[in-house]
Amino acid sequence: MTDGSIISVKQLVKVFKPQIRAVDGINFEVKTGEIFAFLGPNGAGKSTTIKMLTTLLHPTSGEIWVNGFNPMKDMDAVRKSFGIVFQDPSLDDELTAYENMEFQGYMYQVPPKIRKQRIEELLKIVELWDRQKSLVKTFSGGMKRRLEIARGLLHHPKIMFLDEPTLGLDPQTRNQIWQYIQNLNKQEGITIFFTTHYMDEAARIAQRIAIIDHGKIVALGSLEELTKQTNTTTLEEAFLAITGSKIREESAETMMDRHRRSRGGKN
Amino acid sequence: MRTIYILWLRQIKRYLRSRARMFGSLGQPVMYMVALGYGFGPIFQKAGGGNYLNFLVPGVIAQTILFSSIFAGIELIWDRQFGFLKATLVAPVSRLSIVLGRTLGGATVSTIQGIFVLCLAFIMGFAPVNWFMIPSAIVFMFLIALLFTALGTCIASLLTDFHAFQIIINFLIMPLFFMSGALFPIDGLPLILKRISQLNPLTYGVDALRDVLSAITHLGLGQDGLVLGLLTLLILVTASWLFNRIEA
Repeated sequence: MTDGSIISVKQLVKVFKPQIRAVDGINFEVKTGEIFAFLGPNGAGKSTTIKMLTTLLHPTSGEIWVNGFNPMKDMDAVRKSFGIVFQDPSLDDELTAYENMEFQGYMYQVPPKIRKQRIEELLKIVELWDRQKSLVKTFSGGMKRRLEIARGLLHHPKIMFLDEPTLGLDPQTRNQIWQYIQNLNKQEGITIFFTTHYMDEAARIAQRIAIIDHGKIVALGSLEELTKQTNTTTLEEAFLAITGSKIREESAETMMDRHRRSRGGKN
Repeated sequence: MRTIYILWLRQIKRYLRSRARMFGSLGQPVMYMVALGYGFGPIFQKAGGGNYLNFLVPGVIAQTILFSSIFAGIELIWDRQFGFLKATLVAPVSRLSIVLGRTLGGATVSTIQGIFVLCLAFIMGFAPVNWFMIPSAIVFMFLIALLFTALGTCIASLLTDFHAFQIIINFLIMPLFFMSGALFPIDGLPLILKRISQLNPLTYGVDALRDVLSAITHLGLGQDGLVLGLLTLLILVTASWLFNRIEA
């Protein structure tokens, strides 16, 4: 691992059984304290990469370092290093906001005293403190997202993975969520690794941007570098210039699901 | 330990909040006790079987626990579908503690349901032979609950959605129930059916409950306890193994 980088990926490959190379030998580094955008069309390999970085999936080959640990060898050390907001909601709807936080505190072995303080602090930051006793099923999409961000931060992670954190939210809520994230990055120095399909968000928030397509990193740099490289003026234009404008019919995920089903529903 | 506790607590909280589930799942046992208990009671008595309610109540308690436990295990599919499972899978805890916490939680809930049915049975005129045996009845209820919650977890680890749900009810839960001697003595069954029910873990649960509550037994409490205990262990190990293979 190079000094100053908190995530380091070398020659990373993930092959799903029938020769689907979802991730095909990628290399990149994320610097400590950086806001890093990981972009790509549907099925490009984004989710597969995040799953490997977050210990949910074993790589076929290659090397990963997260906060100085190897996700395959020091699984728990890596897990303690990051917080994550998944693409789809992952809260327990039948529990209150506070209980969801408390659950997380127990799962991450946060000592009770610190747990209580931290929950209060975080719920206040995401402006849900006065709704702490409400069941999550009564929350709007934006409130759920905010709670998930707060939950992911409970154990003081060094890195925050955000997989399309603003998907399906209105512009006001999206702005608000990015504001929280930028503040956290500034105040707590948390490294932010996020994916999004909203190019304007990536352009505005990210310090560096990687674009993955067909399992390969096809561009990596700051907004200026990417637009300069492609002779374009916006990230969206650069993105289309790099990845082409053809619509992707199938994602690696759906291919994998089909593959699972053909194995008799085993998972 | 803390992981197991919080997962257990989660199941309990969800249960206490879901009144519909709490009361809804009592409908069926009450129906069995009313319709069969009062309906078949006189015939059972005439045939020389003794008090049918004494025979039936332990069976209905076992049935309640069977249903409630398998559903509690299968809840895992919901957690996967609604994403909650993923959040637990990236936490720095072992998969084994996740399985244990969930299973203990589900089994506790089922045991509470079983105790409810027992209380309803008291109202209907059921009296245990020996009140001091109630604690051992609860122990057996919990054992049955553990076994079938773990079985539900096994099933849920193999399935990714609810399409097979009806199949599970019709081809697993109902046969387990009917072939357990819960409603009628297995002694009088044709040989092949009798053999089938001897392979059914619930048969031993029903027999054990019937022994401690009504002092009626066909197999003996020792054998019941041994079979239930060993099977529970085996299925728990299988459940953890299957759960370990889940990819998020």
